[in-house]
Amino acid sequence: MKLSSPTGWLPMPAQSLILFVVWLLLNNTLAPGHILLGAVLALTIPLLIAPTQAPQPRVVRHWAAVRYVGRVLWDILVANFEVAMRVLGPTRRLQPAFVAIPLDVEGALPITILASTISLTPGTVSAEVSEDRKWLYIHALHLEDEAALIAQIKSRYEAPIKEIFGC
Amino acid sequence: MLNTAIVIVSVMICIALVMNLIRLLSGPDLSDRILALDTLYINSIGLILLFGLHKGSLLYFEGALLIAMLGFVSTAALCKYLLRGDIIE
Amino acid sequence: MNPTVEIIISCFLLFGGAFVLLGSFGLLRLPDFYTRLHAPTKATTLGLAGLLIASMIYFFVAGNGVIVHELLITLFLLITAPVSAHMMAKTALHHKVRMLKRTAGKPLTEAARKREAPPLNEDER
Repeated sequence: MKLSSPTGWLPMPAQSLILFVVWLLLNNTLAPGHILLGAVLALTIPLLIAPTQAPQPRVVRHWAAVRYVGRVLWDILVANFEVAMRVLGPTRRLQPAFVAIPLDVEGALPITILASTISLTPGTVSAEVSEDRKWLYIHALHLEDEAALIAQIKSRYEAPIKEIFGC
Repeated sequence: MLNTAIVIVSVMICIALVMNLIRLLSGPDLSDRILALDTLYINSIGLILLFGLHKGSLLYFEGALLIAMLGFVSTAALCKYLLRGDIIE
Repeated sequence: MNPTVEIIISCFLLFGGAFVLLGSFGLLRLPDFYTRLHAPTKATTLGLAGLLIASMIYFFVAGNGVIVHELLITLFLLITAPVSAHMMAKTALHHKVRMLKRTAGKPLTEAARKREAPPLNEDER
């Protein structure tokens, strides 16, 4: 896992790009004045806040990241139909559960991404991380097989995240 | 056709807003009320967007964007307040 | 406006409206806080995405050029929804909001509250 601590005149390239694009989206224009202003903002704001940032693991495999986003979007769509069935069906048969998931990924950013993914997809919400960042506690709306759920999360979401960050 | 669809969806969202309101007033715990408020503001974004569609005006997006941002910050602040008894440490 | 486009927009609108309604219905209907958390965070986000896609198509066809504000709102909601869900779940956990009697894995909540590893007698993977 490569850590990148923000230094130099372009400390956070990805964030600079996002700032620039969001500025243009907000103004909904491609006028040269706004492009210039956006570029100035995108270059100066990261310079100002770079000293406050903790080193974060860097994205190593970019295509894997794109594929991961696509997979998560698809899963959100499918998951919603599943949750819809559970909400409309009889609530007496729901079997909610708390599950502890052992974490293999390290670092604040990968764990945050994993927790957010879990919150967005099939009937699970992440609730708490243990102090040593080895366990993630999640709540499942309807649990039939605990081991299967853990295995699914580990293979479907955690493995790609490990690949993306190369850890 | 489109106008009918807009009216139908507006009615659906209004029913949703009433449901949120019931949960907001009756919710047994504070966290239920926060959840209801959170859902309430997201649904109101939908209503504003529909109104913008109905009027054919783009101005309402700015309002929707503002509500989205302020709503998230207020939810985070409320949760933080309940967790720590303090918003800014 | 072209009737085919109108039908497409209407479908997206109805799809979005149905999911928004469903999220709120779940909020009202489900039995305890933790299960209630699931419906609004997921269904409502998807519902709004449907509405936003519909309005994007509408303004594009109406000749206002490509309006990308909607994309920004969708992106923002997609990023903030899991964060607020996580914060609310955490708040409920630490406030010991009561849960359904049949919730499995109850001993875990005590460990989660102390932010420790789960108790060992739990049958692990």
